Amino acid sequence: MLAFVLRRVAQAVLVMLTVGLIAFSLFTFVGDPVLFMLGQDATPEDRVRVTKLLGLDQPFYVQYANFVGRALQGDFGLSLRQVRPVSKLFVERLPATLELSFAAAFLALAAGIPMGVYTALRRNSWLAQVFLTVSLIGVSLPTFLIGILLILVFAVVLGWLPSFGRGDTIAIGWWTTGLLTASGLKSLILPAITLGLFQMTLIMRLVRSEMLEVLRTDYIKFARARGLSDRSVHFRHALKNTLVPVITIAGLQLGAIIAFAIITETVFQWPGMGLLFIQSVTVADIPVMAAYLCLIALFFVVINLVVDLLYYAVDPRLRVDRAAAAH
Amino acid sequence: MTAPLLEVRNLRVEFPTRRGTLVAVDDLSFEIAPGEVLGVVGESGAGKSLTGMAIIGLLEPPGRIASGQILLEGERIDNLPPDAMRRIRGKRIGAIFQDPLTSLNPLFTIGEQLIETLQVHLELDHKQARSRAIELLAEVGIPAPAARIDNYPHHFSGGMRQRVVIALALCAHPRLIVADEPTTALDVSIQAQIIDLLKKVARENGAAVMLITHDMGVIAETADRVAVMYAGRLAEIGPVKDVIHAPRHPYTSGLMSSIPKLGEQRESLAQIDGAMPRLTAIPPGCAFNPRCPKRFDRCMTERPSPMPAGANHAACWLYAS
Repeated sequence: MLAFVLRRVAQAVLVMLTVGLIAFSLFTFVGDPVLFMLGQDATPEDRVRVTKLLGLDQPFYVQYANFVGRALQGDFGLSLRQVRPVSKLFVERLPATLELSFAAAFLALAAGIPMGVYTALRRNSWLAQVFLTVSLIGVSLPTFLIGILLILVFAVVLGWLPSFGRGDTIAIGWWTTGLLTASGLKSLILPAITLGLFQMTLIMRLVRSEMLEVLRTDYIKFARARGLSDRSVHFRHALKNTLVPVITIAGLQLGAIIAFAIITETVFQWPGMGLLFIQSVTVADIPVMAAYLCLIALFFVVINLVVDLLYYAVDPRLRVDRAAAAH
Repeated sequence: MTAPLLEVRNLRVEFPTRRGTLVAVDDLSFEIAPGEVLGVVGESGAGKSLTGMAIIGLLEPPGRIASGQILLEGERIDNLPPDAMRRIRGKRIGAIFQDPLTSLNPLFTIGEQLIETLQVHLELDHKQARSRAIELLAEVGIPAPAARIDNYPHHFSGGMRQRVVIALALCAHPRLIVADEPTTALDVSIQAQIIDLLKKVARENGAAVMLITHDMGVIAETADRVAVMYAGRLAEIGPVKDVIHAPRHPYTSGLMSSIPKLGEQRESLAQIDGAMPRLTAIPPGCAFNPRCPKRFDRCMTERPSPMPAGANHAACWLYAS
């Protein structure tokens, strides 16, 4: 168990170093920073001085090591546009993105799993057909279009919900939350649906196909032959086996939700990291872009690690205990 | 003659398909007496397993019982509502399936599966159910049952898992155990142990067994009577020694002579020419007529019902009086 965790952590570190390298190389690809800072008319002496000052005369790997060292302390330098520390900007924006992402993920799971189970158990009912049809729309429509349609219907035509922004927020320490105010909650609904709809349909279809698969297995037939109730067969025996692969996908999707929040945040002008990233891209704000890349990679790596451990907890076959040797 | 425990009368199982209805079991009748072991043999696709599934009410749709009756202790069970049938399954009819590797849910310990089954059928609290589960495991020959009860199925070998499956089938002392190819997936060395165990627990629990298999060796060792099925129909039924040593139906004779005997020198194995007809192409008259060495005109047009033939009953016009 410990060896497993250590191996996974080592892999995670390797991934992060690689992503860091890519983020770091952004700086060199997008032009000479010295030229950028001093302009074209600087004297060669000035250029040498600034190059030294910035540490750019050092070999590549020393620069990279410095970058990693500072990144570990959360220091990604100053935003070129806002001239404020990138870490500060992120701390301000992180709560908005995480609240939106988790709301979307919760929505996807809370609706997707029951719908998947329902469509698997009542394959021929009209409601299951409706779910499947709607899910087809969910997977095939692009996120921004769903967002725009939702805004059109619920904000413009019906006027029930706000079309942009986060509403009122309350600060709890450095964390600002919109979950505790009415306008914050109302603002969350449309973006969360937009962001979660694709994942919800994905999870629903996954649960459905896994469940159908599991219901055909011998152990389900045998569970019925033992006289267990339908409820126990479906929701105890079948669902647990169904959820093993679903955990992996749902975990990976959480990473995707955080990363792809960019589009939803842009459509709804949601003041999160994705919006910050898009704004940075338009002005080539490299430090912000590099930091965003690293942070998203970190989310993915951590989520993957947690998913692996969860998998381990759910499926006893992965737990190798020496106490019970097979005969 | 005691009243039969299980009576199957004119059972017909159909599968509606786009290209017409397949009749997988056709006009099948037999009885099982209390405590008796009835072997059911036949080739793959002869309808043996479907008959078993029909009896425990687990035919997979679109398969369905089209006509006929199944009676358990004189009471019809083929037309019971699902919930009433569920209470019979596991309680009065236990079932054992072919592959012990896939019969147990891999995510639950064997104890959890046993306790759940016990509590569904018997009024036991968790502690009582657990100690009963340990007794059951001991009964089926699992060593150190108190320690093994919290193990997951993957901790057990195939033979041990089949013992657990038998323990699960025995939970509520069923009067009948439907065992569908219980040893097919096991090593030959383990098969004999499992068959012995099945015989032992059936005797100790006073349960009758419907043993579905294509292994004549298992039948010869275990069964009191044998039913031979062919293309969804009953070909022959009778006491085990008569069916094996004095088969009456030409199909049974062919089946018996195709089993190689020890000490016999021969170049190739005896076989019945041809193959069992597909369900879509069963010939008129006797289903065996295209392969039968003794066929005559009547076999081609008129379908025989089982009729007395020596100590057996055979569905063959040779024995028409």
